[in-house]
Amino acid sequence: MDPFTVHTGIAAPLLRANIDTDLIIPKQFLKTLVRSGLGRNLFHEIRYDNAGAERPDFVLNQAPYRQASILLAGPNFGCGSSREHAPWALKDFGIRAILAPGFADIFFNNCFANGLLPVVLPMEAIEALSEAADPLTVDLPAQQVRGGGLCYGFDIEAARKAVLLEGLDEIKRTEANLQDIAAYEARRQKEAPWLEIHRS
Amino acid sequence: MNPRTLYDKIWDEHLVATRTDGTSLLYIDRHLVHEVTSPQAFEGLREAKRALRRPQAILSVADHNVPTLDREKGIADETCRLQVEALERNVQAYGVPYLPLLDERQGIVHVVGPEQGFTLPGTTIVCGDSHTSTHGAFGALAFGIGTSEVEHVMATQTLPQRKSQNLRVRFEGALPPGLGAKDLALTLIGRIGTAGGTGSVIEFTGAAVRALSMEGRMTLCNMSIEAGARSGLIAPDETTFAYLKGRPLAPQEAVWEQALAHWHTLASDEGARFDAEVSIDVTGLAPQVTWGTSPQWVTDIGGRVPDPEAAASAEDRQAIQRALDYMGLKPGTRIADIPLEAVFIGSCTNGRIEDLREAAAVARGRKVASGIRALVVPGSGLVKRQAEAEGLDRIFLEAGFEWRQPGCSMCLGMNDDRLAEGVRCASTSNRNFEGRQGRGSRTHLVSPAMAAAAAVTGHFTDVRQLMEA
Repeated sequence: MDPFTVHTGIAAPLLRANIDTDLIIPKQFLKTLVRSGLGRNLFHEIRYDNAGAERPDFVLNQAPYRQASILLAGPNFGCGSSREHAPWALKDFGIRAILAPGFADIFFNNCFANGLLPVVLPMEAIEALSEAADPLTVDLPAQQVRGGGLCYGFDIEAARKAVLLEGLDEIKRTEANLQDIAAYEARRQKEAPWLEIHRS
Repeated sequence: MNPRTLYDKIWDEHLVATRTDGTSLLYIDRHLVHEVTSPQAFEGLREAKRALRRPQAILSVADHNVPTLDREKGIADETCRLQVEALERNVQAYGVPYLPLLDERQGIVHVVGPEQGFTLPGTTIVCGDSHTSTHGAFGALAFGIGTSEVEHVMATQTLPQRKSQNLRVRFEGALPPGLGAKDLALTLIGRIGTAGGTGSVIEFTGAAVRALSMEGRMTLCNMSIEAGARSGLIAPDETTFAYLKGRPLAPQEAVWEQALAHWHTLASDEGARFDAEVSIDVTGLAPQVTWGTSPQWVTDIGGRVPDPEAAASAEDRQAIQRALDYMGLKPGTRIADIPLEAVFIGSCTNGRIEDLREAAAVARGRKVASGIRALVVPGSGLVKRQAEAEGLDRIFLEAGFEWRQPGCSMCLGMNDDRLAEGVRCASTSNRNFEGRQGRGSRTHLVSPAMAAAAAVTGHFTDVRQLMEA
């Protein structure tokens, strides 16, 4: 996984609350067998009209936001479906960090598996950063967002931070506990035999 | 030991290791797999040359992409077919148990798991699907995960986790006749909002929850995710045990007795600490209907479409106005005056036998109103068979409903069951998001009884009026 350290880029404001994963990447694009190539379908229903032409009023169809690599959003971003296609689509478009007052749990988890940084900031900060309209810098080691003369600190759990900074592979990390897992399985097999599945 | 909640107990029992970075490694007992969120996980295993640790801990089935008509002829849509074929290749390569498309046990993964006795109290259950919370109805810690986590579970049978908050929701009193678990779920979401449960596991308690059947409990836990919660939980009791006894994958004989003894300990201790509590008296509730593009935008059948001008903030005003524009609704319109063009009865929320019975009781001897297309999609092949044995299919067909083969269908329209732009639908599914049932589609979430009442009258109708007739 690509590490995330310090990133500077254009921040697109999409300040609606409750942007769900159906809106981020609609169902018809979930039929893919791979993780890549979903960027062109990101926000499909609000980005394109019925004929497939860009809607000029949508932020990612406007200069300079076509090149956005940071998204500023409203509360409860990523609610709804667990589809990891949502972070895949954001990343494939070029987004590296999402700044919002809150994220839905599953989406939040999925971001870290893909080197995307979700940053929780108060709505007032999100609004101020949108108005600043300057390129923003998201500095993970310093836990700061800077731009347009503004600077906000943010919290992040140490373990999550380490995963992004080092681009860690979670499965590889867990494989360090394989002995614990085997010991747990052996103990549970004795203590809770009803958990064994017997298929005829 | 300090008094613990049910969630605390399941957590403690599944803790494999606490790591130096503060995260916990949790053992996963059961893994449900479907065709949409698994191909990249299998591919990841293959690329890393990793083995799948416990194929027998998986139950796999195709549900999202499957046709609900003439499936004996195969899947016509090529992209759907390729995804189902990929699942079939993967389960074969890794020795994963699979219920094929034409097997009578096939159906929506969250209907099939409980039906087969795969879902058991006190277990941890995951699936690459947010509605995995359904299985919490059995007192299982069940939650949706992303595809990277699907791969993680396949490789290690564990997940790195952070402990959630404990939220207790009490539904006190007795539900009035004509109302069901869907009305409880929508009432709660209307009260606490779609982010109200973020970071929490909800334990549902109270007389109205105890009185629910397993089907009702599954509906309630299914919708926990729409309140933002990781999982919903209901402590197992005699209703749970009676449902499970004799199911194909449930423990048998002496082991069943052993399991039962353990399952009786699965309740929150007296004095256990909850981080937050919500209490709702259900005695005076009326059937719920959503009017917006988020499940939290809900009122009852006696209500009206809200006026954005009355919103608490400028943001809310804008958001409500946007929802009304999308939904094609005018402020102040009585919910009962909203005309419909489609009705969908089915999904992992309301596609079980009891849901179909409730809807059929309303449809019996009536006709679907002119101009309405009404679909009934059983949640599984076994639900379909049971419904047909009870004659429910005849009731629906004679009333003018379509009777389909099982799958996720019009809940999200990954197969051919989609709404055209602008079409307004009373749906027993779980999400009324923009475009959910088809681009530009307009979804109102209701219970199965309310969906049937809407089908036979052509607009939203208090189902209790039809019951009295």
